[in-house]
Amino acid sequence: MRETWNRLSEKQYFRPLIIFIIILLFNGIVSKGEFFTLSIVDGHLYGRIIDIVRNGSKLMILAGGMTMILATGGTDISVGSIMAISGAIACSIVNGNIFPSFNGNVAAAIILAILAGTVSGIWNGFLVAKIKIQPIVATMILMVAGRGIAQLITRGKIVTITSETYYFINGGYICGLPFPLFIVLFLVGFLVLFTGRTAFGLFLESVGCNPTASKYVGIKVDRMLLAIYTLSGAFAAVAGLIESAGIKGADCNNAGLGIEMDAILAVAIGGTNLMGGRFSIPASVIGALIVQSITTTVLALGVPAAYIRVLKALLIIIICLSQSKQFKDLVIKRKMINRKVVGS
Amino acid sequence: MSAGNQLLTVRNISKAFGKAVIALADVQFDLNRGEIHALLGENGAGKSTLIKVLTGVENKDQGIIEMDGRQINPRSTQEAQNEGISTVYQEVNLCPNLSVAENIYIGREPRNRFGTINWKKINADARELLDKFDLHINVTKNLDHYSVAVQQMVAIARASDIDAKVLILDEPTSSLSSAEVDKLFQIMRKLREEGMGIVFVTHFLDQVYEVTDRITVLRNGKYVGTYLTKELPRVELVGKMIGKDYAGLKEAMNAKWPEEAERQEKETFIKLVNVSSPGTVKGFELTVKMGEVLGFSGLLGSGRSETAKVLFGIDPISEGEVKVKNEMAHLHSPLDAIRNGIAFCPENRKTEGIIGELSIWENIILALQVKRGIFHKISRKEAEELAKEYIEKLQIKTPGTEQLIKNLSGGNQQKVILARWLATDPEFLMLDEPTRGIDIGTKAEIQKIIMDLAGRGMAVLFISSEIDEMLRCCTRMIVLRDMKQVGELNGKEISEEAIMRIMAGGEAS
Repeated sequence: MRETWNRLSEKQYFRPLIIFIIILLFNGIVSKGEFFTLSIVDGHLYGRIIDIVRNGSKLMILAGGMTMILATGGTDISVGSIMAISGAIACSIVNGNIFPSFNGNVAAAIILAILAGTVSGIWNGFLVAKIKIQPIVATMILMVAGRGIAQLITRGKIVTITSETYYFINGGYICGLPFPLFIVLFLVGFLVLFTGRTAFGLFLESVGCNPTASKYVGIKVDRMLLAIYTLSGAFAAVAGLIESAGIKGADCNNAGLGIEMDAILAVAIGGTNLMGGRFSIPASVIGALIVQSITTTVLALGVPAAYIRVLKALLIIIICLSQSKQFKDLVIKRKMINRKVVGS
Repeated sequence: MSAGNQLLTVRNISKAFGKAVIALADVQFDLNRGEIHALLGENGAGKSTLIKVLTGVENKDQGIIEMDGRQINPRSTQEAQNEGISTVYQEVNLCPNLSVAENIYIGREPRNRFGTINWKKINADARELLDKFDLHINVTKNLDHYSVAVQQMVAIARASDIDAKVLILDEPTSSLSSAEVDKLFQIMRKLREEGMGIVFVTHFLDQVYEVTDRITVLRNGKYVGTYLTKELPRVELVGKMIGKDYAGLKEAMNAKWPEEAERQEKETFIKLVNVSSPGTVKGFELTVKMGEVLGFSGLLGSGRSETAKVLFGIDPISEGEVKVKNEMAHLHSPLDAIRNGIAFCPENRKTEGIIGELSIWENIILALQVKRGIFHKISRKEAEELAKEYIEKLQIKTPGTEQLIKNLSGGNQQKVILARWLATDPEFLMLDEPTRGIDIGTKAEIQKIIMDLAGRGMAVLFISSEIDEMLRCCTRMIVLRDMKQVGELNGKEISEEAIMRIMAGGEAS
């Protein structure tokens, strides 16, 4: 038992998990238990925790892709814009605005949207791996241009759709659980298996730690980079589908706005070094849940809208401090010095 | 020696990393004014840790450091500098993207009366300072514009200029040519006359006997003794550094090829015909046979490393053809080379070799994993077995396979890199400066490994700046100059004199 605990506490996801549980408990206490109540209506589970999972699904998906990119020391700030493109394409097809021959076929809409995200990812990967542009600049191109492209697709309008099938992506239930949860499980599960069961994870860490040495042992660094940026783009497209299904339309200006920073934050809270190296996808996913639950908490506390961002920032500072080794050393040193002063 | 002459005294210093690793145990050391004092020991003897404690990089667990009879306790390099201790490390740790002058005065820039930096003065002062070192370079150019040797000299100039009483030189000569070493020694002697105490860490025993006054030897984190250089014979010094393994070392250092091995005709592994690579190698012809140790001799930039990089698919081949075992081979990437049975330990262990943040076992299996392909993951169990096997075979000193490679000493890191390539079961092993910055014991071990491998039929390409070890290991030697092959020596023809003659541009035999 003790041994299991020790082994668990060495895992990278251990600390984020504890933080997440603390946030949940805090919510439970403040709401006098209401937070944890789950109700079943029409065979569907409802409750705050379910909300967090559903609303956090996009972030969890993005964090999964972002983890691999940050593990190589790169970054992808275009995911929000790719979400907008994906939503714009899917909704326009469902609506019949583009490709009318598909007759609003939802499957075609989903496939083309994900394809667009994949192409966007390939573009990013091409710029980073082949042209050797710094990742933040390379992905900034699509971050800026992406929303413009999305607006060209929707002709500058907010596209609203009516399709119960399409709504299902965000609002559907399977076995009483929200559908986005299954998407997360599928995609994240794929990533975890892919990085863990193949040598991909080892190569990623190697590239993140020392790209030159990695090249010298024969790792095809360029191809690795191309692959992860492509994956990140495809994942962002899926997140874009969930988003647009949630608001029942495509809003090119606001879909996924600023979510790239939340995704990077989620990975950071998960404990992956943003300069590259060791990474953990489960830890990042828990990080995403933390970011989402902070938002939920702040809203649940009834904080006036003007203070929300400040409070969120404060919570993030506290979490980051709790993970900083330097800060801990500092506090311990202070304590010891104080003790010495008192003792002398 | 009068007590008044003592500058720096270190008593009973202990330092442990975690519970398992005791880096220093009860170590003492003293440095006089106007003295060059060698600090010697094998890798892992505790030299680096002692220096880190003195310079405030690491905090000591126990013990006393006294400077001029006053107890000091530096907690950062800045504090150590303020106490008058300044350091030059093996790897230049200046800012390559700042100018030479900026690097010398960073953190203590002269200001003019408006409080802004006085650039004219900085550049003039820097020029004046470097003139003293006979280093006539453009101080406004970025540091990375110059060779590592020049950067090292700049670092030394900076250190000596910081009003230092104690100057610590941690293997400053490993990237310098012999002319530059001479210049450095002149400067060291001059600083000694000015009353500075210099701690000199090196792996080159010749240099110890050339320039130092006293020697302190550490072994396994313990103090062995302090001796006057002129009273300690070289053999005894080595014995003290190595400890009881002395006899074995002597054997390894004297290891020679059995006579018959030289004469056997072996099958050709790789053949280069008129190979060129843009910007580096031109019209290169080369044949490497199984079971031979082929040496590349030549000065830095003569094409030694460049040729190895072309052979390993790092630099592209623009012209000519490569045949591996009589079949055309296309070496477009390191992966191609690995699949053709080639392995390569690059020159810069830190930047091109080790993956610092990864564990020993991960570093060892990496090349094999690449060879097998991404979808054939080596199981944790197999990886562990491989790592253990090589830790034992190559005698890698580590607490375990999970240890991060960056925590190992240079020699052991090199052994891990060697293990990484041996795990791929190569037929042709290229080693570029595999013993640079490594202590004598490990050096001898690596040389022995090379000979063993070749004895078992592996083709080895050995590149080294140290002619001694080349003479000992190589069965054939190719001398390079200006990216071209200028001479070849076989078996008994190989001698220091012959190599030097060809290197310098005498007749090509």
